[in-house]
Amino acid sequence: MQAWNFIVAAYAVTFLGTGAVAFAAWRAMRSAEAQAEGLSKRT
Amino acid sequence: MHRYANPARFLSIARPLTGWLFWPGLALLLLGSACGLFVTPADYLQGETVRILYIHVPAAWLGMAGWSGIAIAALMQLVWRHPLAGVAGRAIAVPGALFTALCLITGSLWGRPTWGTYWQWDGRMTSMLVLLFLYLGYIALGNASARQGQQGGGVSQVTAIFGLVGAINIPIINRSVVWWNSLHQGPSITLRGSSIDTAILWPLGPTLLGFSLLFGAIVLMRMRAILARNKVEARMQRLARG
Repeated sequence: MQAWNFIVAAYAVTFLGTGAVAFAAWRAMRSAEAQAEGLSKRT
Repeated sequence: MHRYANPARFLSIARPLTGWLFWPGLALLLLGSACGLFVTPADYLQGETVRILYIHVPAAWLGMAGWSGIAIAALMQLVWRHPLAGVAGRAIAVPGALFTALCLITGSLWGRPTWGTYWQWDGRMTSMLVLLFLYLGYIALGNASARQGQQGGGVSQVTAIFGLVGAINIPIINRSVVWWNSLHQGPSITLRGSSIDTAILWPLGPTLLGFSLLFGAIVLMRMRAILARNKVEARMQRLARG
């Protein structure tokens, strides 16, 4: 059972870290592209 | 490669490719992890902890592949002056640093029940830690380039040279378990085959491919964000000039 504590911790850190970086990249891309599109419509 | 030097042409490919990489990558990653956690048998020596293999190996591969990508981008920037090379380098740096950190953390969590310690200052672990510091340095230099208004949203020449010189650490990481005595096992997956039994090894394929596709999707999303921000800044400057 003790081994599973290390396994769960390793998988949790990996999935949370990858998910956080993927989400941050997606949010930055969406907001930057929306801003660029909005500006090109205005001008 | 110069066919895609035009950001508009690059974006016409990057937009659909982002989803094509992300969703199959996520599916493969979840499938491989589930099989690695619940389907494969425990190792006769390491027991259940061998299941950390399915995330530790892809993290190590992507940490090193990321810096190799930065070095190739740096070469393309310095030699061929490819306008998107610096953008690609900046986009790779953060996911590369993430996977290097994940390799160190999952390795420590694997080491404690297997070796009896979280950390050992041996060749493999130390050279991997050096890679993480190189990534942090590259990110800081890349951000400084952006603040100084580097043309095209890329990185300065000094940052590109740093990316190229840092690549010397990649073969050192790869050969460290051969050159120096280490708690870390020797190379178990080589071009000549694997010393790991197929019954344990097979979920590594889906997780390796899944993490790699996700890495590609994250890099494309970050490149698209940099190019869009660049477009906004250029337009604002044109508007300010009247």
